[in-house]
Amino acid sequence: MTIQFNDETFRDDYSFHNSQRAIDRFPFPFHEDSYMYSVNMEQHQGGPADSIYEKRFDVDEHYVAEMRDRAMVLADDPLRCQSLPHMILAGWDLLELIMVSKSEDYPDLFELHRNGNKWHWINKPMGIEDHFVFMDETTLPYGPMEYITRQTQGDFCVLDQREDNLWMDAGTVTTQADWSLDFDIGMNFFEWHAPVPLAHEKGIFKRALKFLLSIQQGAPARRLNWTMTVNPLLDTSPENYHKWGVQKNTLTLENLGSKQHLRVELQTFFRLPRSNALVFPIRCYLMSFQDIVSKPKWGRRLHRVVRDLPEELATYKGFIDNRSMMLEFLARYDDGLPTSFGVWPDEQGTPALQK
Amino acid sequence: MSAPAPNSTAPKIMGAEKIKVIVSNIVPLNDLVTRFEFKRTDGTIFPTFSGGAHTMIEMQDGDLKRMNPYSLMSDPAERDTYAISVRRDDHGRGGSLFLHQKVQVGDTMTLSYPVNLFSLDLRARKHLFIAGGIGITPFMAQIKQLNAANGKWELHYSCRSPELGSYVDELTSKHPHSANVYYDDQKQFIDLHTLLDGQPIGTHLYVCGPKGMIDWVRKTAAAAGWPKAHVHHEEFLAPKPGKPFAVRLAKSGLAVEVGAHESLLEAIERLGVEPPYLCRGGACGQCETDVLESDGTFIHRDHWLEDYEHASGTKIMPCVSRFEGKTLVLDR
Repeated sequence: MTIQFNDETFRDDYSFHNSQRAIDRFPFPFHEDSYMYSVNMEQHQGGPADSIYEKRFDVDEHYVAEMRDRAMVLADDPLRCQSLPHMILAGWDLLELIMVSKSEDYPDLFELHRNGNKWHWINKPMGIEDHFVFMDETTLPYGPMEYITRQTQGDFCVLDQREDNLWMDAGTVTTQADWSLDFDIGMNFFEWHAPVPLAHEKGIFKRALKFLLSIQQGAPARRLNWTMTVNPLLDTSPENYHKWGVQKNTLTLENLGSKQHLRVELQTFFRLPRSNALVFPIRCYLMSFQDIVSKPKWGRRLHRVVRDLPEELATYKGFIDNRSMMLEFLARYDDGLPTSFGVWPDEQGTPALQK
Repeated sequence: MSAPAPNSTAPKIMGAEKIKVIVSNIVPLNDLVTRFEFKRTDGTIFPTFSGGAHTMIEMQDGDLKRMNPYSLMSDPAERDTYAISVRRDDHGRGGSLFLHQKVQVGDTMTLSYPVNLFSLDLRARKHLFIAGGIGITPFMAQIKQLNAANGKWELHYSCRSPELGSYVDELTSKHPHSANVYYDDQKQFIDLHTLLDGQPIGTHLYVCGPKGMIDWVRKTAAAAGWPKAHVHHEEFLAPKPGKPFAVRLAKSGLAVEVGAHESLLEAIERLGVEPPYLCRGGACGQCETDVLESDGTFIHRDHWLEDYEHASGTKIMPCVSRFEGKTLVLDR
């Protein structure tokens, strides 16, 4: 299929918007009417046709605009992209993984021609065409990780594996939910997760690490995570908190439906073959509350999840101050009817809102 | 809990993905060691891998399905062929004998995707390799990987005799300054103290070989003040034969007699129960199993569990460990 790329912004006038197709394929993250952490991993080996799970690296209508936003963030703050010296090989691994995946999964948008180490890459949506020598950094305008992540939606953490742990030793992070690569660089798995409430006590991170350490070549995995963002901002970084944090105070009951967004991360995990590192892409999907409640099942459920979420989590996810207003808005879309199990909107079998 | 898709089940790691191959070449290197080379049956290329990775080779030996891990020793950049080198063990359970005696060029077999439990630490300024006998195999791939990237390495390789020195000629002719070989029968031994003393800061030490050698190298390095994180070893154990014993699996409600030449893991798999695994050699920790009830003696042989866990009688690694006694009930 041909994708119509949106001309839109994630800052200033916030012209970001989701088409009906994007709303239909939004990764709504709640499979029941309540939420608590879990490792919730599954294999990343395709998914339903046209869903965000179908391809290894989903490309959607926001692609070109997101890459434009990333370039602006990197121009303002080059430390959003860092790679410790031993991670170069992993960078080439990542470049190869993405180029091979995208050219196979979207042959109409991307082409990769390989003749030994002489590679030819064409990215049609961004108008990029480069000839380079694989494993020779001097033949690309950026290091391999930066080059390819400037052309791929989502943040990328490249994790070195040693001493039975994972280490945040490289990454490109411009669309993050309030964490900083520059702060976390060089940390291990437990160190960078230290701020997360409740999950340590539940042993979640020990189990998750054990699982991640044993992810093997050819068998990637995925999970969803979520938070809340006021205005469709990709860059909700601690570095720029002074710019976006205050925007949380601009919510009113009237503008909440269009300003308040559910932010869902598709997190995937791939073993990188040459370096034995692990890459952890974090792909962000934003959807306004008014678009969510256009699906009756999602509207009912979101109200119940936000209402019943433990206070620690609502605080950690940064919406505790706005929770009562969010509930006032969402309550209009919850008539108390039961919801079906699972994340899909189930529009055929779901009754319309009874109020 | 957020499940991305309905009806999704948590992924189970039961070994890595599989690759169908055809045996393309068999090269006897000496009295004990033979190299086996493989091509893919579908004619496509193999996944690239990192030096130190192993593949799990499946062998259908009559009614027995054997699975043994072997280090990939071919060039990681070479995508047409995978190669392993197998030392014949006349007193083992028969996996290496099967390969040496029954496998022929043209046979089809199944390999797993590469799994690396003995990876290079790419932060190292220099890689110092200590190999004993067949322990040379992971270093063969690591050396090729480092050479392609201008990495700095030095090898000290101890063999029984020139006749049994697998790949000595290749190593010393290509790398006369980096590969050092020692022959037991000529009373040549690695002077480890001096060797460790002379290493530049940032050197990482890797050892692969017999258990005695691994223990010696790790102890010597620790005594010389080397940080634990700079000393790497790989030792997969082959499961050892033993007396047959009975086991009951509480979760699946099944019971089985573990044969003398069968591992506990293989007996469990024979029932159709599939614990996760990666190395099948007591090192990776995947198949760790809770013991619910026991009356008898455990024969723990793994490197995974701590001493206190071995002593507790509440955990067992079924890939290499056995049991002697009346009752054994596992949480499987």
